[in-house]
Amino acid sequence: MNESISNKAAIAGLGATEFSKNSGRTELRLAMEATLAALADAGIDPSEVDGFSSYSVDKVPEYEIARLLGCKDVKFFSQIPHGGGAACAPIMHAAMAVATGVAKTVVVYRAMNERSWYRFGNGNYGFGDSPIFENINYGWYMPHGFHTPAAWVGMFAQRYMHTYGATSEDFGRVAVAVRDFAATNPNAFFYQKPITLEDHQASRWICEPLHLLDCCQESDGAVAMVITSAERAKDLKQKPVLIKAASQGIADGQQVMTSYYREDITGLPEMGVVARELYSQSGLGPEDFQTAVIYDHFTPFVLPQLEEFGFAKRGEAKDFIRAGHHARGGKLPINTHGGQLGEAYIHGMNGVAEAVRQVRGSAANQVDDVENVLVTAGTGVPTSGLILSAR
Amino acid sequence: MVGREYGRIYAWDEVNPAMVRQWCEVMGVDNPLYTDAAYAATTEFGDIVAPPAMLQAWCLEGLHMNNYPPGSTDENPYEVLSLIEAQGYPAVVAVNSELSFERYLEMGEKLYYTTLIKDLSDEKTTGLGTGFFVTQVMTFYSEQAGADDKVGELLFRVFKFKPAQAAKPAPAAASERPAAKRPLPGISDDTRFFWEGCDAGELRIQQCKACNKLQHPPAPVCQHCHSFDLGYRIAKGSGELYSFVVMHYPEVAPFDHPNPIGLIQLDEGVRLPAGLVGVDRNELKIGQRVRVEFQTFDDQLTLPLFRPVSD
Repeated sequence: MNESISNKAAIAGLGATEFSKNSGRTELRLAMEATLAALADAGIDPSEVDGFSSYSVDKVPEYEIARLLGCKDVKFFSQIPHGGGAACAPIMHAAMAVATGVAKTVVVYRAMNERSWYRFGNGNYGFGDSPIFENINYGWYMPHGFHTPAAWVGMFAQRYMHTYGATSEDFGRVAVAVRDFAATNPNAFFYQKPITLEDHQASRWICEPLHLLDCCQESDGAVAMVITSAERAKDLKQKPVLIKAASQGIADGQQVMTSYYREDITGLPEMGVVARELYSQSGLGPEDFQTAVIYDHFTPFVLPQLEEFGFAKRGEAKDFIRAGHHARGGKLPINTHGGQLGEAYIHGMNGVAEAVRQVRGSAANQVDDVENVLVTAGTGVPTSGLILSAR
Repeated sequence: MVGREYGRIYAWDEVNPAMVRQWCEVMGVDNPLYTDAAYAATTEFGDIVAPPAMLQAWCLEGLHMNNYPPGSTDENPYEVLSLIEAQGYPAVVAVNSELSFERYLEMGEKLYYTTLIKDLSDEKTTGLGTGFFVTQVMTFYSEQAGADDKVGELLFRVFKFKPAQAAKPAPAAASERPAAKRPLPGISDDTRFFWEGCDAGELRIQQCKACNKLQHPPAPVCQHCHSFDLGYRIAKGSGELYSFVVMHYPEVAPFDHPNPIGLIQLDEGVRLPAGLVGVDRNELKIGQRVRVEFQTFDDQLTLPLFRPVSD
């Protein structure tokens, strides 16, 4: 067991804005609302913050948050690349900073008007033809009109279906289960709006094999958390949520959304890297989780994640899902907040927030006797993961 | 046509308190002389009267166009406008409306008007365009025992014209926008040979001169042996469909939708993504044989595309 960071740091405060399609205010304001709420939740004075971490595509700089909070001695700050793939990584970076003593009070945050200001799925990203790497790389896809995240994921999904006999209905069962949770989570955009498998199958094609209801929302909103030492967290306002394990992952043949050149494209080997590291740090295994937050920007990638973490054997996640183990009342209910399909697309940070609530015992769809929660980040890209625990 | 007079157009209703009250409500007129009989009784009129500005309203056709009361003329007092329009002057704008009154109208009076073509100008060019000013005068009468009583007059002038810049139909305007082009790939020293190959009708796959292995996408160094000594091999251009998607949404110009895209496993062993041509999207199958063909878009971009072949 590698105990370098395990249980050294804890999430002591949690804050968020509402999730919407149009926040009607600036991203900086969203970041400040969530950050101040998280600090108040923890009972920590804003001026004490001495570290920050966020992840790419977020446009709110940590120095501006620091300035507005009145921070004086900020010694650690990072912004982690690859968007949603980094959703768990700021917590890891914060835990490392706290565990090593570089910083004592780290704010991690995500604040974007993703729906009202950007839209990731629009097919136009302004890649130029200059020889910087990103332009060269996307030059293999854009000229063919192969230009949306749904399409890039669809290419993996089609091969996965072909190889293992998973079907569109299996993807639909993921969507139905998380929308069921969203329907009973008042903070979810799709609160009180469950769907059926028939709704899923009847929803229009976005990119075959993905229907509309296989795709997450686009959302405006912010989530922030405060990380401090496990020792100090015991004396703060909330029940400490221990960071039991945390890792990032890049595997052989890694690309961003287009790792099509690997021997096999039906797995998510970068998530395998994360899984092995999380199990190594924590000493836990698949049987030790009462619930999990499995990144669901697109339903098909939920299946190989379950396989990479050993909840199902390779190619058998479809059976796990057909048995309803992932749904309300199942043996591993996933995305009890409604996921990004049902609650909001805050690029995974709202999933970390749900894991915090499950450990605290304050989730809208609280699972009984939660000891350990697995959280994963964006798939198809360099990724990350966490285990949050009560002890 | 100047001087021509058209026959009577009658009012549907006699002058009545209900229409007066409604008109005052809509127009925001609160003079009690028009609506309050008790007040009106204290004035020189002795009873309520109709607002003079309401004159034209009494003789309008109502909800349905050209629906005039029985007894009205069958002539079209506006035929001059149709005649001018037929000569290529489609647009119209009202330029003068001068209403004058002889007296107040009392409840129960029955009105009609007649129309006179008073003037037709020579062809004029204005900021709006080129055309003719047409002046009509409508004279309003109240039917009386003996001689009818003239109660008011409306001088109405319009400009019937050909717009200076004819409004273009929307599709024509759209076609004048620069047509959307396919995005160009970024090209570097590491990848130029591939795109030059496309221009030459060759599918070039990077090959390490040290270990002879192939790699795609191309890179500055061999991912197998880390040699920088790289060349390329011309692929035969045949392979199979390793995976595929069919793009539906969003529809982004200039691409056709649905847009089928394949991940092609070349017989040489490497994969590349490419558009598919000549496919029925419902017949696409992983493993089906495909063959490359090159297509040039926008006179500047040649892409390898793949077409199903029977093998």
